[in-house]
Amino acid sequence: MSSILDGFLEALSLLFSFNPEIYQIMFMSLYVSGLATLLAAVIGVPLGAYIAMKKFRGREFLRNVTYTMMGLPSVVAGLIIFLLLSRSGPLGMLGLLYTPFAIILAQFLLALPVIAGISISAVSSVPNEIRDAAFSLGADNWQCTVAILKESKMGLITGIITGFSTCLSEVGAAMMVGGNIRFDTRVLSTATVLQAEQGAWGVALALGMILLILVFVINYPLLRLQKKHLKLMKKAVRIE
Amino acid sequence: MTSSAEKSSVIDVSGLSKTYDGATKVLEDISFQVSKGEIFVVIGPSGVGKTTLLRLIDLLDVPSTGSLVINGVDTTRLNTKERLQVRRKQGMVFQSTLLFDDTVYANVVYGLKIREVPKDQIGVKVTKALKVVGLEEIEGRHAKTLSGGETQRIAIARVLAYEPELLLLDELTANLDPSNTAKIEKVVKDVRSIYGTTILVATHNMFQAKRIADHVAVLFNGRFIEVGDPQTIFEHPTNPLTKAFINGELIY
Repeated sequence: MSSILDGFLEALSLLFSFNPEIYQIMFMSLYVSGLATLLAAVIGVPLGAYIAMKKFRGREFLRNVTYTMMGLPSVVAGLIIFLLLSRSGPLGMLGLLYTPFAIILAQFLLALPVIAGISISAVSSVPNEIRDAAFSLGADNWQCTVAILKESKMGLITGIITGFSTCLSEVGAAMMVGGNIRFDTRVLSTATVLQAEQGAWGVALALGMILLILVFVINYPLLRLQKKHLKLMKKAVRIE
Repeated sequence: MTSSAEKSSVIDVSGLSKTYDGATKVLEDISFQVSKGEIFVVIGPSGVGKTTLLRLIDLLDVPSTGSLVINGVDTTRLNTKERLQVRRKQGMVFQSTLLFDDTVYANVVYGLKIREVPKDQIGVKVTKALKVVGLEEIEGRHAKTLSGGETQRIAIARVLAYEPELLLLDELTANLDPSNTAKIEKVVKDVRSIYGTTILVATHNMFQAKRIADHVAVLFNGRFIEVGDPQTIFEHPTNPLTKAFINGELIY
């Protein structure tokens, strides 16, 4: 118990000591995970919406593959990107292994099915009456799609935040393709593992707590939005 | 080609049928006309095809056979873009209305925005539509905080805002108490007198049909069994099924 408290105090002292290395690691984490999530959202949200809304051959198969890939272990994602980027791999000539870009690719691979999968659920849960109402009010296909996406915005935001949290907290892929190089590819999760392996429990715990604080700060606006949404739902139930 | 009599009709339906999955016949050989500014009520028990008929007229679904002419345009021969043009001149309020997860204002303004109505006209049209349904005070409220009656009235205002030529109302008082039902019926009559809109109502409530209809069609098992003015239909029905329905003796 006291080591957890020590870790918490060390986290605060590390944060307020303005240690440049800690801040560099924090920003590197935000940079690679943020970019990976952005890429995954740009592809994952439309992909999920397409699977949820369009009827086409292989739709069920694609939906199952997406849901299965949501459980992709980070080391497997890391391994796939490692094999692609290693010198003997198809993209080896680009020399991208052990760079932040390699971590972005691996985390993108992890976040894409998470965001697409949650988007499928969110869009599928919009009642058909919304689609009918939009069409009846004169919407064309694109305007109707926008109306449905707006209705599922809470689910879509949840998907993106979950994708970001997945990227920020994974360690296997970042370690495998980034190499945990100091001042270059070291991120919060890999730095935590390194400190733990070296027996520096306090620092490891502190880094872990900084990671959690970051996730909390990013999740907070979503929590506020959800709370507002729940309040409205409760009001609606009372009126019924 | 359409005759001059058909041209004066807003809706001209002839031999309309709808079959699902090639087997389940929901509507069969439906023919009727609705003139401009008329309130035409389709009455019948639940599950006889009223909603399907309205969905076909709103071009949300495609008939299996027959012709559906709206404002002189045979809609069965239109491509997607042309169907959209026809649909934009009409609007439907559904039995299980769901408003968009947004404010009342955002809901009412939706139809105007997608039609790219100039901004300086939007405010006037929204206010007018809300005034007609008697809810001009609540445009800032969230749609989820409305009662059932308010929701249906906002659903009507959402369509009225873009001033459609044809309004389709599907069982819109089915889940409401008598007070809210009376308010909605008043709104329907006001809409006709203020906007001159042609209104097609589907309901199982024969008292409502008596109160608001210019013409009534009785729908049973996918077929119109009787069409006429309310007085004739309700006081001198010729079809035994209509008689049974009016007397509350129809078991099917």
